[in-house]
Amino acid sequence: MSGLWEAIMGLGDQLAAHVLLSASAIALGIIVALPLAVWASRSPAVSRASLAFASLVQTIPALALLALFFPILLSLRAVFGEGLPTLGFLPALLALALYALLPILRNAVTAQANLDPGVIEAAHGVGMTFRQRLLLVEAPLSAPFIMAGIRTAAVWTIGAATLATTIGQKSLGDPIFAGLQTQNWVLVLAGCIASAGLAILADSLLGTIERGFRERRRGLWLGGLTAVLLGVGAAFFAQFGGDEDDSVVIGAKGFSEQYILARLIGQRLEAEGFAVEYRDGLGSAVAHSAAASGEIDVYVDYTGTIWTNQMKRTENPPREQMYREIARWEEANTGMEVLGRLGFENAYGLAMSREAATFGEFNSIADVAQRGQAMVIGGDPEFFERPEWIAVRDAYGLRFAGQRNFSPTFMYNALQSGEADIIGAYTSDGRIVADRLVILDDPRGAFPNYDAVLLLSPQAAEDEALRAALMPLIDAIDVEAMREANYSVDREEDKLTFDEAARLLSERAGL
Amino acid sequence: MTKPACSYLSFDNVSRRFGAATAVDGVSLDIAKGEFVALVGASGSGKSTLLKMVNRLIDPSGGNVDLDSQNVEDIALPALRRRIGYVFQSIGLFPHMDVGQNIAIGPRLSGTTLSPDRIGELLSLVELEPEMTSRMPDELSGGQRQRVGVARALANDPELLLMDEPFGALDPVTRDALGERVLALHREFGLTTVMVTHDMAEALLLADRVLIMDAGRIVADETPEALVAGEGGEIAQGLVAVPRHQADRLAELSR
Repeated sequence: MSGLWEAIMGLGDQLAAHVLLSASAIALGIIVALPLAVWASRSPAVSRASLAFASLVQTIPALALLALFFPILLSLRAVFGEGLPTLGFLPALLALALYALLPILRNAVTAQANLDPGVIEAAHGVGMTFRQRLLLVEAPLSAPFIMAGIRTAAVWTIGAATLATTIGQKSLGDPIFAGLQTQNWVLVLAGCIASAGLAILADSLLGTIERGFRERRRGLWLGGLTAVLLGVGAAFFAQFGGDEDDSVVIGAKGFSEQYILARLIGQRLEAEGFAVEYRDGLGSAVAHSAAASGEIDVYVDYTGTIWTNQMKRTENPPREQMYREIARWEEANTGMEVLGRLGFENAYGLAMSREAATFGEFNSIADVAQRGQAMVIGGDPEFFERPEWIAVRDAYGLRFAGQRNFSPTFMYNALQSGEADIIGAYTSDGRIVADRLVILDDPRGAFPNYDAVLLLSPQAAEDEALRAALMPLIDAIDVEAMREANYSVDREEDKLTFDEAARLLSERAGL
Repeated sequence: MTKPACSYLSFDNVSRRFGAATAVDGVSLDIAKGEFVALVGASGSGKSTLLKMVNRLIDPSGGNVDLDSQNVEDIALPALRRRIGYVFQSIGLFPHMDVGQNIAIGPRLSGTTLSPDRIGELLSLVELEPEMTSRMPDELSGGQRQRVGVARALANDPELLLMDEPFGALDPVTRDALGERVLALHREFGLTTVMVTHDMAEALLLADRVLIMDAGRIVADETPEALVAGEGGEIAQGLVAVPRHQADRLAELSR
């Protein structure tokens, strides 16, 4: 745990981004909720409809809500043009603001409904206009309750904002997701402590404002408000204080190899004088669309993934032919450039422990199809939805007793602890060797090739300096080097950070 | 009921229905400037509804209400209400404003600031110390609060004072003292006052004209003297019987 303090101290950038995101989402929530609450107090129908909507939003898991904004914004590009961001700050802001809506709205509506009718009659009786009644009576009397709602919203939002990492927005979720990937609990703990600490701080400051309203002590609420504004201001300055905005954005999907390769690319570019930013933990489809739309400039994908998921192809051509067709297809359909292959393959394959495979005489997928019906299969959260899996399943007529989703890291643990008997593993994973697993043969060639390829967004493809800086990576990494680097962050002991693993890989590859 | 020459507040065939229920049923009535009128009746007789149609807290379903020969619906709502002092049972002091701010709210709404001297003067009219100005409503007794309520109603120098069961929630001693005080102010400033009450004794002792309402209609319109003398019909006499019986019992006790 000695590294915990350093890990927390290293989160300044993520903290600032987290504060800005949460504060913007709460502010947007307030801007929408308060007029809605005023309207609702004048119309029971509006009150019912708006509260029902906010409650409904609340039942959507925060992660799903964040993910849903990607296709929504993508379709809104028809209206707002291609410049509309579909990843990062904007979708995170909108999803979290929706999430913040309910507690603010509910408290504001309840506060209005519970105002002393005598006081409201008096407000009418002394001749207040609508505006005067709102500003002189209803607002000050509702303020402490509304503030309590804002407090609740703040705590929720700060917690949920950690999930913004998955749609490419920097937040305190970065260390949590990265740590979860590699079972680096120090990193997970650091992210949790930072976000919980932020939530507690925000809660106590907003609580001070609430108390100031309740006890009608101007000094108290002004003090609390000033502290909140100073904090948000400092975060804003830390994020945007004299920073240039032409950095190269490197994308990574949510598993160790991708994090390491992103750092490898980043280190090379930084050495060549580029400024870089990372968007980590993206889903496969999200990463591809993000690069196509220019949200990210460069990332690593795999031929089989593009072939089956983006191109929707079902046949399985030889390696070279598939690669050339993909390059042509990307150029024609997304404008992206496939710069080249990195030199190794990270295929999906069905893996079992060596003992179980030997004992049950499982050598190929065909054997499993024949005699493996009692087994439980585990896969990463994408695996069972992917066309490759469906193709393999149908090619062999696979049947299992059960199927379970695990994060890639836990999938290997599940195999060892017997929670799964067979898993959809990655062939470049260091744990295949370390955990003594066997990859079952695929005699019918149902799994496609998965050569790692470097993809450039249409904009990045035109940047000659960037292309030149990335060129040395092509054909430079063999699967042993990749496995070693992967294992260095995935193993239980002596874990390396992604940066360290990337340097190790760079050394092994002779870069 | 004949129309007096100098009608200040008049109701012309005024009705108010709430859904299927009729709260006020075709009331026509004239009140002269300077009168102190009590509206008496049981709960649900329509007396509060009738009163609230003057400052349009409730609008009539039919008929007209005229104030100083002008239909109240032709006067801008805030302006109408600022012309009329309004005191009611739940008092309705603004809990987030101190006594001085509560009293000054009417003038403030129309853009004038009440001087501390004027606030002190209004406080002394209702027999409160000028130092009370900085107190918050929740630090006051019920009686003190309603005194502030009366001072607030007088702050705009109204000609018309509407009171909806103003003393209903007060203890008998406070109630008596504040009633007397309001009567004195009514005389001092030449106000026209309409007071809704369910307490016939209060009506008889304060008002110079008592209207008795039943099922949305005015069933009697008499002076207190006439009511005590047995006029006004059966419903009126039923209400007068209560204080009369109490007075008789008290007289027996003191014998």
